[in-house]
Amino acid sequence: MSHPKPTPVGGKLLTPFFGVLLLFWALGTAAGTVRFLQGLGAASAMNDGYPWGIWIAVDVVVGTALGSGGFAVALLVYILNRGKFHPLVRPALLTSALGYTAGATAIVFDVGRYWNLWKVPLAYNGRYNWTSGLLEVALCVMAYTAVLWVEISPAFLERWKEQPGPLQGLARFALPLVEKAFPVVLAFGVVLPAMHQSTLGSLFLVSVTKLHKLWHTPFLPALFLVSCVGMGYAAVVVESVFSARAFRRPLETRMLSDLAGIMAGLTAVFLGLRLVDIVLRGRLGLAFALDFHALVFWLEVALAAVAAGMLWTSRGTRDAGALLRGAFAVMAAGGLYRVDVYLTAFDPGNGWRYFPSVGEILVTLGIVAVETMVYIYIVRKYPILAGAPAPAGGRA
Amino acid sequence: MKLSRRELLTGLAAAGAAAAVPSPAEARDRKVAEAGSVGMLYDSTLCIGCRACVVKCKEANQLPQDRATLNGAPYDAPPDLNGTTKNVIKLAAAGGRSAFMKSQCMHCVDPACVSVCMIGALAKNASTGIVTYDKDGCVGCRYCQVACPFNVPKFNWDKAAPQIVKCELCRHRGEPKKPGVRQIADPACCEVCPRGAVVYGKRSDLLQEAQRRLKTQPDRYEAKVYGDQDAGGTQVLYLTAKGVPFRALGLPDVGDEAAPALSESISHGIYYGMVAPVALFGAALLTIRKNRKQADEEGA
Amino acid sequence: MFEIATRGHDPATDDAFGRRDFLKVCTLAAAAVGLPASAAEKMAQKASSGAKPALIWLHFQECTGCSESLLRTSAPDVGELILSLVSLDYHETLMAAAGHQAEKTLHDAIARSKGKYICIIEGAIPTKASGAFCKVGGRTAVDIVNETAASAGAIIAIGSCASFGGIPAADPNPTGAQGAPQVLAGKTVVTLPGCPANPYNLLGTALQYATFGTLPALDELGRPKFAYGRVIHEDCPRRAHFDAGRFAQRFGDEGHRQGYCLYKLGCKGPATHANCSLNHFVEVPGAWPIGIGHPCFGCTEQKLAFRAPLHSTVDAKDFPPLTGPGTYPPITAERGGISPLATGLAGLAVGAAAAGGYVASRKISPDGEKKEE
Repeated sequence: MSHPKPTPVGGKLLTPFFGVLLLFWALGTAAGTVRFLQGLGAASAMNDGYPWGIWIAVDVVVGTALGSGGFAVALLVYILNRGKFHPLVRPALLTSALGYTAGATAIVFDVGRYWNLWKVPLAYNGRYNWTSGLLEVALCVMAYTAVLWVEISPAFLERWKEQPGPLQGLARFALPLVEKAFPVVLAFGVVLPAMHQSTLGSLFLVSVTKLHKLWHTPFLPALFLVSCVGMGYAAVVVESVFSARAFRRPLETRMLSDLAGIMAGLTAVFLGLRLVDIVLRGRLGLAFALDFHALVFWLEVALAAVAAGMLWTSRGTRDAGALLRGAFAVMAAGGLYRVDVYLTAFDPGNGWRYFPSVGEILVTLGIVAVETMVYIYIVRKYPILAGAPAPAGGRA
Repeated sequence: MKLSRRELLTGLAAAGAAAAVPSPAEARDRKVAEAGSVGMLYDSTLCIGCRACVVKCKEANQLPQDRATLNGAPYDAPPDLNGTTKNVIKLAAAGGRSAFMKSQCMHCVDPACVSVCMIGALAKNASTGIVTYDKDGCVGCRYCQVACPFNVPKFNWDKAAPQIVKCELCRHRGEPKKPGVRQIADPACCEVCPRGAVVYGKRSDLLQEAQRRLKTQPDRYEAKVYGDQDAGGTQVLYLTAKGVPFRALGLPDVGDEAAPALSESISHGIYYGMVAPVALFGAALLTIRKNRKQADEEGA
Repeated sequence: MFEIATRGHDPATDDAFGRRDFLKVCTLAAAAVGLPASAAEKMAQKASSGAKPALIWLHFQECTGCSESLLRTSAPDVGELILSLVSLDYHETLMAAAGHQAEKTLHDAIARSKGKYICIIEGAIPTKASGAFCKVGGRTAVDIVNETAASAGAIIAIGSCASFGGIPAADPNPTGAQGAPQVLAGKTVVTLPGCPANPYNLLGTALQYATFGTLPALDELGRPKFAYGRVIHEDCPRRAHFDAGRFAQRFGDEGHRQGYCLYKLGCKGPATHANCSLNHFVEVPGAWPIGIGHPCFGCTEQKLAFRAPLHSTVDAKDFPPLTGPGTYPPITAERGGISPLATGLAGLAVGAAAAGGYVASRKISPDGEKKEE
């Protein structure tokens, strides 16, 4: 195949943008310190009615869905054998690895008894409770985060192999092993996200009385799975376009606009499944109830419809801007759907309310800032992005 | 063996579909209360709201006071179940009258919290049916709070080392030297209740007693024992005064089916014997190998 | 004091110490009826001017406990009471006369203060067998009550027996005992139930009538509201324990010794209208049932006294309205706040992301076209 090989971008690390990210990191760290010293109540607005806030709904659930790019692209390249998308694999895997790591970090912030987390993979007292969807999510996310880093590891190993140093030996030893194991790792990289992304939806099957009837359906796992693939592609599109701009790499517009059709299709499938399910289960009346939930529902539907429409029309145009807008719309639609299931459409009753606190927002922004900083660092130092290094360095 | 791509893709899609689409055929059996399961019967018509149970509960469980300032004086007045309160008396208003309501863990026959707890920090005792908590197995994920239809499990939001707090039916007060069911557990609230508004016993006995009251005083009660079937059955049963619906007491219309019956059926359907994930893995691996071989051949 | 009285002194007028003491009694009595200190002054003036209320005291089916209780008050003591405060014209257990002389006293007293005297009835009135169960001087209690009440200025039934039958009317009530209000149906009878009745409630009522010619405000059972308007529970010294959920579980247990609420031991305080908790008996601090560690047994309530088992608890519907520190959390309450700062921050973050995305996409569009060409 005649794709340009991935190369490091190079260039200066400490740009003004990077400084802003550092500021967010500092603010997030400050809020996180309060959380660890004084308990969750001191830093967050989570309460006994809404025990899960944005750290779960946004950082983990939306974050890992956006981090499904690796899964989505791997599906396309390795399973459907669309080799032309190959240049997207590494950036997608890196974004996914970072997205999942960020989600895992958010979990450490979120769980109250984080020092017991090791007991989950090691089956404390030998008691795995297999009826717990969250156990499956936890194990799968842990395993998949590891899988993602193995998947992206050749980028590091290739780089280390070329440089003399202590890591050179490791790279020489590990690279062939990784390459040999790659099909198995890739297969895990397909199965694990399919499992836990659908289970992220299954988690709310048990909230029969608390989740609004427009959202509670046996198809929660299917809807979450379909939406995560679309969101994964959208994240890849956004990441590619921004990286191309920021690091002056050639924009893969043709390749990306081919993704537009796939995303449009997936969004349409999601929307169809969602609407058909509601109609067949006789819950359409709730959508016309003229209340807050109905409004949010139609906002969701409108966003998804607009996303599908924008992407379908931008399919052949090679208009990167339109494609980017479509990708944003997919991300917004999927993100809203997920936040709705986890927060907006969730009502524990008894008068409980929730809105994220400043501390929660700062921690979330801090995690995203760190994720972005690590991404910038890695693409500058390691061969992730395709194409030749720009002569004058990046702009970001 | 040559597998066409179409065949592979079809298989993959089927496996993927199986992984995400519920199969109703796997509906789980309804759980029934163990013969020896214990619980409580709360009769709202007998309660005078004296809160002896609230005070004794805190004492028996060594929970700190929940200070609220009322009329300028500090009172131990928990506003609801919370990180320091496992039992609380609330005042319900319904149609111009008021009624008392005692809130604590319902000890469901098929508890959602136990169904969702990752490594069994919350567990249901096989013989007594008491839903117990073990902090050593708890990571503080709070999924139990999301899952509980009664909003019972509470969390220490103000502690750096928090725990889940919920009624465990004073199982620590059960002693072999005590008589009868009090060997299993001995709820402090039932011990101190001045009116017998809340009584402890075997669930089967309590259900019988509740039904006897309904039969002998049909004008006094709404004709239903809450918890008999609700949420798949609970081990804490409720009676309410005629004209005061259970909903007004904060006992939601949860239906007769336990939430885990649905969620576990669907999950179990998806993961039945791990067939779907394993099939998906196998199909993915085969496809990846085949594609890679093809690519190598093309490249060579 | 008894000495002063027997010497024939009138404490209301004689010496400073006696007068102050006498005023104190009037103030207590006035306060009991809810009248201001000026009324006490007036009562004292009225009493010392010789216009003392004339009392005719009838005894029927009773234990004389109410009389005994009245006599055991130390302020006023018995001498002061009889000689200075009221004119006790007829009282079967206190007067010296007997037989025909006693009968004559009654008739004379009725004739002397016709329409002005206060008829005080102590004890239930038997009605079965034509009232044959209780006869005084050959006449039945029913006849005596009817005759004495007919010309009375005011009628007061003292004690639970006279108010609603009390112990004599307890099941199976073999004598057909009834309270004075039932026998004197149609007449205004002030009832002062209690077993015994608190003497200050009688004094207050009697002095108010003697001074102002009026009766205190009464409830539907004829009980003066000043004394029976609130339930024991509302002013109980152990109320704080009730509100805090601290109850004696058994007589003599730790809680009982600590002075915890006696509800579980059968206290009828929450359903019993009386002022015992404020006005203890015979000026001895703590001299009332709850004060000495026994549950209130509801002696002022017809539906409780001698009917409800002594140690059974009363129902919530009999409780007074729930107010004060004993308020309860509601089933549903607004909880979980929304901080304006957080709202702004969240709006800013989402808005910045949306706007940034849109602007970026606008910038990129032509760029993308150019590069592809």
